Amino acid sequence: MTYLAKPKLHHPDLPANALGFTRRDYEGTISTLCAGCGHDSISAAIIQACWELAIQPHRVAKLSGIGCSSKTPTYFLDKSHGFNSVHGRMPSVLTGANLANRDLIYLGVSGDGDSASIGVGQFAHVMRRGVNMTYIVENNGVYGLTKGQFSATADRGSKSKRGAVNTDEGIDLACLALQLGATYVARSFSGDKEQLVPLIKGALTHPGAAFIDVISPCVAFNNHDGSTRSYDYVRHHNEAVNRLDVITVHKEITTEYAPGEVQEVRQHDGSLLRLRKLAHDYDSSSRISAMSYVQSRYAHGEIVTGLLYVEPDATDLHESLGTTSVPLNQLGEKELCPGEAALARFNASLR
Amino acid sequence: MKPTDIGVADYFHKVVDCQWACPAHTPVPEYIRLIAQGRYSDAYMINWTSNVFPGILGRTCDRPCEPACRRGRVEENQGEKPEPVAICRLKRVAADYKGDIRSRLPKPATKKNGKRIACIGGGPASLTVARDLAPLGYSVTVFDADAKAGGMIRTQIPKFRLPESVIDEEVGYILDLDVDFRPNHRVESLRELLGHGYDAVFVGSGAPRGRDLDLPGRQESARNVHVGIEWLASVSFGHITKVGRRVIVLGGGNTAMDCCRSARRLGGEDVKVIVRSGYEEMKASAWEKEDAVHEGIPIMNYLVPKSFVHEQGRLTGMAFEKVKAVYDEKGRRSLVPTGEPEQHFECDEVLVAVGQENAFPWIERDLGVEFDKSGMPVLDPATLQSTLPHLFFGGDAALGPKNIIWAVAHGHDAAISIDRFCQGEDVAARPPPLMNLVSQKMGIHEWIYDNQIVPDARNRVPLKELTIALKDIRQEVELGFDPELAWKEAQRCLNCDAQTVFVPRLCIECDACVDICPMDCITFTADGEEAEVRARLNAPARNLSQDLYIGAGLKTGRIMAKDEDVCLHCGLCAERCPTGAWDMQKSFIQMTHAGPGCREHAAPRKAA
Repeated sequence: MTYLAKPKLHHPDLPANALGFTRRDYEGTISTLCAGCGHDSISAAIIQACWELAIQPHRVAKLSGIGCSSKTPTYFLDKSHGFNSVHGRMPSVLTGANLANRDLIYLGVSGDGDSASIGVGQFAHVMRRGVNMTYIVENNGVYGLTKGQFSATADRGSKSKRGAVNTDEGIDLACLALQLGATYVARSFSGDKEQLVPLIKGALTHPGAAFIDVISPCVAFNNHDGSTRSYDYVRHHNEAVNRLDVITVHKEITTEYAPGEVQEVRQHDGSLLRLRKLAHDYDSSSRISAMSYVQSRYAHGEIVTGLLYVEPDATDLHESLGTTSVPLNQLGEKELCPGEAALARFNASLR
Repeated sequence: MKPTDIGVADYFHKVVDCQWACPAHTPVPEYIRLIAQGRYSDAYMINWTSNVFPGILGRTCDRPCEPACRRGRVEENQGEKPEPVAICRLKRVAADYKGDIRSRLPKPATKKNGKRIACIGGGPASLTVARDLAPLGYSVTVFDADAKAGGMIRTQIPKFRLPESVIDEEVGYILDLDVDFRPNHRVESLRELLGHGYDAVFVGSGAPRGRDLDLPGRQESARNVHVGIEWLASVSFGHITKVGRRVIVLGGGNTAMDCCRSARRLGGEDVKVIVRSGYEEMKASAWEKEDAVHEGIPIMNYLVPKSFVHEQGRLTGMAFEKVKAVYDEKGRRSLVPTGEPEQHFECDEVLVAVGQENAFPWIERDLGVEFDKSGMPVLDPATLQSTLPHLFFGGDAALGPKNIIWAVAHGHDAAISIDRFCQGEDVAARPPPLMNLVSQKMGIHEWIYDNQIVPDARNRVPLKELTIALKDIRQEVELGFDPELAWKEAQRCLNCDAQTVFVPRLCIECDACVDICPMDCITFTADGEEAEVRARLNAPARNLSQDLYIGAGLKTGRIMAKDEDVCLHCGLCAERCPTGAWDMQKSFIQMTHAGPGCREHAAPRKAA
């Protein structure tokens, strides 16, 4: 762990975004994770994405559970709201917070242990309810805090650092999210920020349940030969299906692409997701073909990355519940206690 | 791009901007760290080895290191005003607080090598030659026209900037090396001197002639018009102790600043500096201008002197023409009269400090020493050898008026030339510097050097109260940093000699260094041409005077490109690297001076 504070000095030419903030203004305290941890790269990608979108830090709530991954919200967005919850229970806390104040941007950060083992039930329900959030799993396939046992996402047949072979089937969280109804599903690699940053930006602007499975090598316990989560293995077996450009409302579209190469998705907030196809037969608007493509490539030992599926007309939990557009935590006494006449009317409607 | 070869000493030497900019290449960060540790004597010796006159230079140096200091660049666009580390005044701290270092100086040679060297002029260049050569066994004789050695250090720098005791001490260290100093001995004929059969002769006679201004009225008011450097010398020797109430100083260089500040102390109440150029283009160092202004001396610019106004053989004032700067399409400046009526300034005395000239009337032109059109000797700029093989030049006498630190650098270079010449070796071959790279890693998160970056602004040197300082011309006006303030200022040094050394074969390309770097110096990217790579780095590398450190041979085929420009040398890249591909290694670079190290056929060393 590094004891030194990161110097406040920054590059003299460091640009500022529309709010006048530099990227450094979106940082947190210095990471206490092992040097070289993939999670730190994901933190850097989140910082970059929030800076590029010119998000006001105080409009973000970052929530996490327990684990190496769940420590990371300390290392980014230190001007944002944060809640480090119980192991595997981040989705419930996030759902509750989202119901109370629908106006914030919710960023759930979790790991493979937190989401695929102890919290897999919570994970399933937050997805199927369609809570408007960005849910990032920092997936390294091991329990790093307890010295490298296989986690539930470790591939069957992969080897631990001590040479033990994993005999259990691994959970593919992206496939799970697809099956459970998430409306924005992506997979990426901590070592590829060019791909990861736009995916996070797309997820942050997505008006429904957005899930990103980020493969993040554990340098201490899962970066050896025989691991399927090492830097080398992921680089060699990474099959990106597309590259995403997120074009916010204010930004002019300038680049031109040949027809058929690009798929465009207009989101509720007006932002445009522009997908440059890398795999020509891949269609990210179909949930079923996404699932089958990911699984068929997995059978060939390949890891499919990119924006796997996006539902342009996504809705969220508030829409399903028909809640008021004013955040519940901002309703005053008058709205919450409308008086006897209103109660009588309500009771009458049930008779 | 070609991967960087860090085995070439110049690569890391250039990263230590201050040391690279110093003509004598003093290892600056090394001695600043020693000052921070309170090891003043050690810091002094580092300086003494490189620049010979730490106490003198710590007060008077022209500081080429400070504009080069990286601290000034990294503070840009943040904080009030970007400013370099106060390198020069920290040097003075080493001199002020050191203990008795005499036991650490070289001893006079016990055995002479039979070679006789003559140095003409007893200033910094000659004294450096003497210091480098005398301990090696050379018999060095230094001739000077004045009673005491020191040259312009003693005659031209006012005592309120540099006390005589400091000069005596540091000049004494050299003369104590069994150097034969011949005071009051002006060399009037080189032919005569060469006749004594010296093995080599070094000319370090300075630029002794101050330029005059031949304007109407100059002759008539001669009694009240003086040439700056001559006047300063007379003040220094105590021949002049008073000046008129109203004084005009002409010229915008450091000599002009010394003149006006001296005049303020000798009874000048209304002292002003009048220059032809604009304030910004003045030749004087920024801090010397500030000091003059601080002492209540106005600097008036864009005024060209026209005539000395006099009445009955007494100077009454001067007339000036107002000009403005006009730039042509090539950016060249010319001063064009504005057409306004001439301005008149009343005064009792004028000091002319408009430049210095070299003069060699004592060198007979038939000795084989060639001179160029401007009257300067034809020299090889690296060896300082003249067309007469055993005659060498250095300091202001060599390449025109510069400053003390250049004189010292010339002295070292000439000493190497003389040493090789006297040993029968090729003078043109120059010795490479010594470079040592040592890892600074002490534990997993511990480094030998202090890598915390402090946000502090530059600390000001405390001054003596003006009313007291102006009363006595021998009263040193700068008090210097005390140990506490010196420690604070030393903390601002970025330790640029703690180099980021990258080993590509250990790198797993995890991006940890890229993510942590506070200055966005590091990029992993596709290879390309330098200009194009510079443009697409995480932070585009626009400062072309700073190199890119390139590492190649990575698994993905990309290159690691690090822009050295604004690196804080904080070591976070090395600290966050999981495989030790980055390491912080201290580069200690020292120039090779005259002696066995600079020769090819070095005598075998005795075991320690």
